Amino acid sequence: MNWIFGNNINTDLITPGRYNITTDSKELAKIVFIEHRPEFAKMVKKGDFIIAGNNFGCGSSRETAVTALKACGIKAIIAKSFARIFYRNCIDQGLFAIVVDTQHIGVKDELTININKQLVFNVTQQNEIKAIIPSLMIKLHETGGIIPYLKKNGLKSLKKLFGI
Amino acid sequence: MGQTIVEKIFSKHAGKKVYAGDFVIAKLDLVMAHDTTCAWAIDPFYEIAQKVWDKNKIFIPFDHAFPAPNIQMAKLQAKIRVFANEQGITITTDGVCHQILSERFINPGNLILGADSHTPTGGGLGALTVGVGSTDAAVAMATGTCWFNVPQTIRIEITGKLKKGVFAKDVILSTAKRIGPEGGNYRVLEYGGETVKNFNISSRLTLTNMSAEMGAKAAIVAPDYQTTAYLKENSRPYVFNCNLKSDRDAKYEKIIHINVADLSPQIAMPPDIDNVEEVQKLESKKIKVDQVFIGSCTNCRIEDLDVVYLMWQKHDLNPQVRTIITPASKRVYLQALAKGYIKFFTKKNTIILSPGCGPCLGRHGGVLYDNEICVSTSNRNFTGRMGSPKAFIYLASPATAAASAITGHITDPRKYL
Repeated sequence: MNWIFGNNINTDLITPGRYNITTDSKELAKIVFIEHRPEFAKMVKKGDFIIAGNNFGCGSSRETAVTALKACGIKAIIAKSFARIFYRNCIDQGLFAIVVDTQHIGVKDELTININKQLVFNVTQQNEIKAIIPSLMIKLHETGGIIPYLKKNGLKSLKKLFGI
Repeated sequence: MGQTIVEKIFSKHAGKKVYAGDFVIAKLDLVMAHDTTCAWAIDPFYEIAQKVWDKNKIFIPFDHAFPAPNIQMAKLQAKIRVFANEQGITITTDGVCHQILSERFINPGNLILGADSHTPTGGGLGALTVGVGSTDAAVAMATGTCWFNVPQTIRIEITGKLKKGVFAKDVILSTAKRIGPEGGNYRVLEYGGETVKNFNISSRLTLTNMSAEMGAKAAIVAPDYQTTAYLKENSRPYVFNCNLKSDRDAKYEKIIHINVADLSPQIAMPPDIDNVEEVQKLESKKIKVDQVFIGSCTNCRIEDLDVVYLMWQKHDLNPQVRTIITPASKRVYLQALAKGYIKFFTKKNTIILSPGCGPCLGRHGGVLYDNEICVSTSNRNFTGRMGSPKAFIYLASPATAAASAITGHITDPRKYL
């Protein structure tokens, strides 16, 4: 299913500072949106999407916000726009953060992501929505993030990743 | 083609001439991760490296909740201590990371990475200080480098002389109202103009600090004689290249002009940074205040405490209000001590906490309960930021906070100055 949120969802709402005092991703998965949407952590299923408005992930740099959503099994966060540190953290962890006009996406709409065509396809409504999925994000999604990538290819492979 | 100061700093650290839009892997002058973000960086770090790239270029401050208020926080700090010992890194416990960075580490023209969203603060000294998450910090600790997309710059040109009772915090709150929480996203905000030229470093750091709330990747004020004086004052005489400023023909994404001559004290109402109103308009509503927090990386330097001290000379504080003061650093604490402020504030029945982040992020020392109202000099008024999600946080200058501590409701400071 799709979990629908509005604009400016900050990382204090995703993993509040009073609850995110752990490095254990399973513990973090239990506290996602603990006050903002208390049913989220219990009901979220692997493969669910987050659908949001503008500036998703603004505020604190805390990477627990990404770690927790990833650990919950969220397949992708689809938003009109993202705050930059959150966006970087998603890239680094290999979690899809896809820029899409989310206005007409409903809770029960079935969605598929087409990386090659840079589209999100709304199967339920039978329409295609233009998406921005940078090649770096796709590459690191495949490897499971920048850490597994560097572990496999060595620290000097950072340049290769950017073709520099 | 001319370059912005940001493009110049990236060029120097990437070893080639670059412009906005280019991808670079840049060498870093320093990496900072604190008592929470560092804990999250350790496991990823050991996945890819055994030793840090340069132990003298990694700064680990314990500031977000120190001394530890609970077992979970103690556990994170214990984990970091083991890491720091293994790597030969000294842990600092002398105050808020951004304040310590400014006092001790940042030089104009530096490129510094900080695993904290308010890292743009350091740009007040003419450096590029960029906030990231813990994975980026881990990679940076291992390699001494970070990947960047060279950002566009928005120039914010501020003119006009501030009226009495109006401060840098009021300027930046009115800027936030104008450009919004996303207005600086992926960009660097470069502050300049007559007003900024006349601001001391303390005021400049308030501007750059709050730039994080507008989504900025970094914020910067080109270094000048004020910067030199500050560095000298902090025992770091540093001669910078006078070319360290944006060229006349540099390309800005846009230039925003703001005149602050008629600005009055401003306040950001919960739960958004751009929900800004004039303090005088709220005063008539007699909004009862439960807690006043004078602290954080935004506003608790000695210049801020000078204002508070002056305002409280002839007034007692409202006993219904818990007034908490958290000097930004040990240095600020010692300055306050030398000026007699600590004794004065203690006699006024305020609560003085050890230098650090204090109640700003709701982890210790001043957590709010349901329906409580706090006037805070910090930078975030998000729901639940300082405790109960049913509490309300108003952001204002130290002067507005000090006036509200006197009356017990949100109060325009001008009559006390």
